[in-house]
Amino acid sequence: MHPVAEIRAEMVANVWKVLVTQGDSVSDGDTLVILESMKMEIPVLAESDGTVSAMHVSEGDVVQEGDVIAVIG
Amino acid sequence: MFETVLVANRGEIARRIIRTVQRMGLRAVAVYSEVDAHLPFVREADEAVLIGPAPPAQSYRDMAAVIEAARQTGARAIHPGYGFLAEDPAFAARVQQAGLVWVGPPAEAIEQMGDKIRARNLVAAAGAPVSRGTKSPVKTVDEALAAGEGIGYPLMVKASAGGGGMGMAVAADPEALRTEFERVQGFADRTFGDPAVLLERFFPRVRHVEVQILGLADGRVVALGERDCSVQRRNQKLVEESPSPAVTPELRDRMVQAAIRAGEAVGYRNAGTVECLLDTSTGEFVFLEMNTRLQVEHPVTELVYGIDLVEQQLLVAAGKPVTFDPDALTPSGHAIELRVNAEDPKRFLPGPGAITAWEEPHGEGVRVDSGYAAGTTVTPHYDSLMAKLVVHGADRAQALARARAAVASFRVEGPKCNLPFFAELLENPEFVSGDYDTGLVARMRS
Repeated sequence: MHPVAEIRAEMVANVWKVLVTQGDSVSDGDTLVILESMKMEIPVLAESDGTVSAMHVSEGDVVQEGDVIAVIG
Repeated sequence: MFETVLVANRGEIARRIIRTVQRMGLRAVAVYSEVDAHLPFVREADEAVLIGPAPPAQSYRDMAAVIEAARQTGARAIHPGYGFLAEDPAFAARVQQAGLVWVGPPAEAIEQMGDKIRARNLVAAAGAPVSRGTKSPVKTVDEALAAGEGIGYPLMVKASAGGGGMGMAVAADPEALRTEFERVQGFADRTFGDPAVLLERFFPRVRHVEVQILGLADGRVVALGERDCSVQRRNQKLVEESPSPAVTPELRDRMVQAAIRAGEAVGYRNAGTVECLLDTSTGEFVFLEMNTRLQVEHPVTELVYGIDLVEQQLLVAAGKPVTFDPDALTPSGHAIELRVNAEDPKRFLPGPGAITAWEEPHGEGVRVDSGYAAGTTVTPHYDSLMAKLVVHGADRAQALARARAAVASFRVEGPKCNLPFFAELLENPEFVSGDYDTGLVARMRS
């Protein structure tokens, strides 16, 4: 059983691409979503192996710093 | 000469162009989006026209809105700056169809250089060195392996639709190519909806060196030396300097001649930049791409040559001679530009925000091209460049000393800011020695 990890946004950004859905298994370093802010594309990576237990964003959403993007459990 | 120039851009570059337009005794018209209404470039223009909301597609990239603003204000010429519509051949053509002067190269030259593979073939035909790579997208592992044999290892596996350093991987041998090809292809398909992959020769230690060219009204193409842009994060430039510490007079001569040939091959007019990769171990260089516009880092060239490139652009566009003697161009001293971005100095993640304090450095050899001021806001809608801090000295050591002092006295509060990174860089032994390459920032952060 892996510990539950919340993946949070580090800045105000638009959600440009969502690459995984709830139930997918992911490995440490996999790209979960790609954010876009200030003309920069910022990949958000899984920080552990596990399963995507919740996905809190959709493409086109605006996230604030600290918002939970996904939960890996 | 046209009397009124519309500047189809924003931030530091709009402000910088407006300054030259006014110094030449011409009127400057700004266009701006709703979120930019409070910025200095809007205030400083002789006239400013609101052209739409924040998203660039509805304002700065809206061709009809920009041309209508020119009509309303009686502007007879349009300067596009960099980014937005600057390298859109359709816009260059529309500006001219509307009876206005386009301050840039011919639409055909923009189009020819905009297609990377076509540009490489054109430049190769003109006799300039180009990198070995696939001439069209590779579709299968077997095709990749066959192409890899001809190109040689290590090679770069690149998503054709990628950018900003994403969807790229290095393969050291055929075994690694099998793995990386499938990984990059899968990533490209999922991310960009386009599985096309390109292969190129990869140079482990490489510098990014570019040549400034200017196509004159009389048809001649001249070069104004080089800029070294090897300090990069995520394949984007952070620092530029001229001359390059890695370029000998003999190499400079070869690079300049190749750049002029590349410009002549497309009948180039106005300012442009020929970007090259320089293999520091062999001194060989290859053509990377040509930027058919004024470059962000043009001030380092201006300081070293003592000329105003925007003024030359306007004169060339008006069919007039430039202010200098093209046969007697002499560089002097050393210039360094630091891009002051709204991003953190450790991981370089963007952080927009309201600016609560803004104090620019002053002093001999110090120039600041800024787009913001205290009380203005850096929004997430546009790139993170807040200002360019540019220093000039009699030699590189003096330029470095002036840069250190200027960084220490530049005060920005509110948004995230990468000034502390520059303080660190300017003391970094590798950077200070001048013997660095594009891997420098990654090494500093590993």
